[in-house]
Amino acid sequence: MKLLITTAVTAVIASTVAFAGTTAPGDVAFKDGAVAVSLTGAAGNAADGRAVFADRKLGNCLACHVNSEMPEQSFQGQVGPPLDGAADRWSEAQLRGIVSNSKNTFEGTIMPAFYVDAGFTRPLGKFEGKTILSAQQVEDVVAYLLTLK
Amino acid sequence: MGMNLFKTTAAVAALAIMATGAAQAGEDAKLVINGDLSIATQAAAPAHLENLETVYSGWVFRTKETQALEMDDFDNPSFVFVDVALDLYAAVDGTEGKSCASCHENVEDFAGLTTSMPRVNADGALETTTDLINECRTERMGAKAWKYSGTDMSAMLSLVGLQSRGMPVNVAIDGAAAPYWDKGKELYYTRVGQLDMSCSNCHEDNYNVMIRADHLSQGQSNGFPTYRLKNAKMNTIQARFKGCMKNIRAEPFGQGSDEFKALELYVASRGNGLIVETPSVRN
Repeated sequence: MKLLITTAVTAVIASTVAFAGTTAPGDVAFKDGAVAVSLTGAAGNAADGRAVFADRKLGNCLACHVNSEMPEQSFQGQVGPPLDGAADRWSEAQLRGIVSNSKNTFEGTIMPAFYVDAGFTRPLGKFEGKTILSAQQVEDVVAYLLTLK
Repeated sequence: MGMNLFKTTAAVAALAIMATGAAQAGEDAKLVINGDLSIATQAAAPAHLENLETVYSGWVFRTKETQALEMDDFDNPSFVFVDVALDLYAAVDGTEGKSCASCHENVEDFAGLTTSMPRVNADGALETTTDLINECRTERMGAKAWKYSGTDMSAMLSLVGLQSRGMPVNVAIDGAAAPYWDKGKELYYTRVGQLDMSCSNCHEDNYNVMIRADHLSQGQSNGFPTYRLKNAKMNTIQARFKGCMKNIRAEPFGQGSDEFKALELYVASRGNGLIVETPSVRN
């Protein structure tokens, strides 16, 4: 019995530690639409971000944006601006803010907020209380966007 | 000479622009069905539409190949389902020993009905054509109601709608319809789901642009039910609402719910002046 309790306590501590550096969706600090601090406390991985960007069930960014760095992907959308040269136009903090919740940068935009988990009307059950991307995926996409110069 | 060259250049440029338009199908394509039924695919926006000047049929935004399928009833796959509905129309069903044809001898008598639906009935309730059909089945035929957007219902809606093909949409939005219309309008502009989008975000603010491989339309309902190449069946407008809501990760309202009926009325009203194309073909 003692062993079981110890194991359980250790597991709780371990999971707390694992997410200690992660900012919860409701705690993200926006300043003029930008988010200065990494959501994970570390830099993202651009290669992983490239995959998240293209994945139709994750970023699905090509639904609305042209990105000529991905010529292998056909039918790139035109709803939003092309992302070519995004890193020349926006800072890392601004890109993190736009991916996390672009409504703080572009009022009334159609663009979904990728790191917001509350305040939606009639969210489909399996997405209720969830963000579209994880903190890690947001950071990975930001790292990828920073390569678009 | 210089002038001639300029003229030629201008003419070539104009041709190039026209060719581009044709490749995307575009607003200038003409819809003529069976070589003799000419259907206008755009109209001046109704006065209540504040943010659009012109309304366009969804046909305008489809590829030339998809457009062509609607231009001949032999090519239009919808007519397989219209034929199914003709059989259903004549088939006795229910405890009263009646078919549709027992009371409505000629289906042509339904000409004009679809142009005014949904509408408010004598009891003050908003009713769709679907409601009318099921009311006949349950109250006069003693038959079971059909599933709201099921195969039988979508086929019968196609047959009934076909009788109004070529006639302008003209649903009532004032008087008794006003509170339903207001509710539908509110739903149209309300952002829902995890993607947090309203109907207007795509179909008013961004029609005529590509969302990935799809050319966004104004979401007009003048061609519904529509045969979609995507699922090879007739699609009712409320089934399409459901699909759209799920796409934006929103919990859909029920088929036949007050919300979807109000939205059906409001969406139809956005196309007042467009021509009924039922049964249409879309991607």
